[in-house]
Amino acid sequence: MVELLFRRLIQAATVMLAMSMLVFAGVYAIGNPIDVLIGPDASQAVRAEVIARYGLDLPLWRQYLGFLDRLLHGDFGRSFVYGVPVLDLILVRLPATLELTLSAILIAVTVGVPLGMYAGYRPGSPAARAVMAASVVGVSVPTFWIGLILILVFAVWLGWLPAGGRGETVRVLGTEWSFLTLDGLAHLVLPALNLALFKLALMIRLARAGTLEIMLGDTVKFARAAGLSEWAVLRHHVLRLIAIPLVTVLGLEFASTVAFAVVTETIFSWPGLGKLIIDSITSLDRPVMVAYLVLISLLFTLINLLVDLAYAALDPRLRRARSAA
Amino acid sequence: MTDEPTLAVADLRTHFSTRAGLVRAVDGVSFTLGRGEVLGLVGESGSGKSITGFSILGLVDPPGRIVGGSVRYQGRELVGLAPRDLRTLRGREVAMVFQDPMATLNPMLTVGRQMDLVLAAHGRVRGPERRARCLDLMTRLGIPAPESRLAAYPHELSGGLRQRVAIAVALLNRPSVVIADEPTTALDVSIQAQILREMIGLVRETGVAMVWISHDLAVVSSIAQRVAVMYAGRIVEDGPVRTVLRAPRHPYTRGLLDSLPARARPGEPLAPIPGTTPSLLARPEGCAFHPRCARATELCRTLDPERRESDGHGFRCHHPLEAA
Repeated sequence: MVELLFRRLIQAATVMLAMSMLVFAGVYAIGNPIDVLIGPDASQAVRAEVIARYGLDLPLWRQYLGFLDRLLHGDFGRSFVYGVPVLDLILVRLPATLELTLSAILIAVTVGVPLGMYAGYRPGSPAARAVMAASVVGVSVPTFWIGLILILVFAVWLGWLPAGGRGETVRVLGTEWSFLTLDGLAHLVLPALNLALFKLALMIRLARAGTLEIMLGDTVKFARAAGLSEWAVLRHHVLRLIAIPLVTVLGLEFASTVAFAVVTETIFSWPGLGKLIIDSITSLDRPVMVAYLVLISLLFTLINLLVDLAYAALDPRLRRARSAA
Repeated sequence: MTDEPTLAVADLRTHFSTRAGLVRAVDGVSFTLGRGEVLGLVGESGSGKSITGFSILGLVDPPGRIVGGSVRYQGRELVGLAPRDLRTLRGREVAMVFQDPMATLNPMLTVGRQMDLVLAAHGRVRGPERRARCLDLMTRLGIPAPESRLAAYPHELSGGLRQRVAIAVALLNRPSVVIADEPTTALDVSIQAQILREMIGLVRETGVAMVWISHDLAVVSSIAQRVAVMYAGRIVEDGPVRTVLRAPRHPYTRGLLDSLPARARPGEPLAPIPGTTPSLLARPEGCAFHPRCARATELCRTLDPERRESDGHGFRCHHPLEAA
């Protein structure tokens, strides 16, 4: 287990190094930040001074090494636009995005897995067909459109839920959270649901496929022959056997959900990371873009690491053989 | 009620309606099983012996369906029983062991957990007593260090131990009838012999009745008192195991015996049965065995032979071999 962890950590570090290079080089390829930093009427002297201050006159590799050095000391640089450390900017927005993402994933799992298992357990039934039809809609209709429809129906027509914002928040552990107040929860429902839909459909399809296959296998037949109820078969055997692919996809989806909550956050004016990155791209705020991309790659890498470890926890065959065996 | 057989199967018919046509996997199977008796159900792959086992438990997967006949367990009809009643009966009255323990045991759960689930399913044994019962049964099945096996996962056990665990799981709720579907086929010969010996001991000790499904006549002869030979969904010959093996009346049984390596003289080639098992979609007219039978006549091609019997030895053949 320790050896596995160590190997994975080294791999993760390599991936991060490569990613930081790509991101740094990639961001340098677009635009000239100087035009954003200073007004068009600034004198040549001021211009030269700013270029020197930000190290923009140095060759790319020198700039990268400097960036890497500061990064390793926890310094992501200052935002060109806001003039504050980038890390602060991101950390203020991160909880809102995490809150939204985790709620969406919670909805996807608690609703999607049971529905998918049902659809796989009774594949021909009208209810299963309805679930599968809904899941096709979930994977194929664009998120932004569903988001707009949700606002139209629940906020505009019915007036049950607010259309945007985080609502009332409570300060816990130094950050603001919406899900702890009734008003915040009401604000959270629609965007979380919107963000959940795609993953919900994905969970349904995966759980269905796994259940279909396992229901035909000997494990289920043997359990039935021993007198287990259908509920016990599903709960104890099938759920355990379909868990691995679900965890894999969930892990990968979690990272991409954080990264691409952009659309939902924009539609529901949710003040998260997505909105920050969109703003920084329009204003060519390089340090924010680079820091955001590096953090997102870090998130992907970490989650892949966690998924690998979760496998070992879920599947006893992947753990190292016990000394007793 | 004392002479009521533990299990009485009569004219059982299980058919599968597939896109290619109707498959008569089990087509009029009848046999009885007394207390503590072991019946060997023998046949080639696809002869319907496993489906017979599943039919008894009501575990035939769609598109399969029991279309007729009866299965009586201690006088109680099982065909058409409500799923709920069938469920409580499985494992507690009639249990089943399968061929491949790697596929039947759940790789994600410990042996102890799987045993616990099976005991919990019938809810008759509680708490610490459960553990004691698991350990007792494992010991009786010759599983060394049962305590530590409870915490083990199936992949940590050898093939022989795995199958012993699977057998233990099936016997946990002390059923009166066990349907053993080739439980030793996947094991090597020495392990097979050990498990057979333990099963024979268990049958003697507990009086459990068993249907031992196998394609291996040698194995069946060592464990069963009576044998039933299946061909294309029917029992073509049945009787006491000694009589049937020493003097088979049906040419198919003869063919099976002649193709056993143990029966061959050293240096001489084995005598396989010519041809292959018929597709159940295109079951031959008349006697299903006639295309492969040296004794077949026009009668065999047109008329399906009825079961005839002498001294408890039954066979379905127009031209039976000589009795001993």
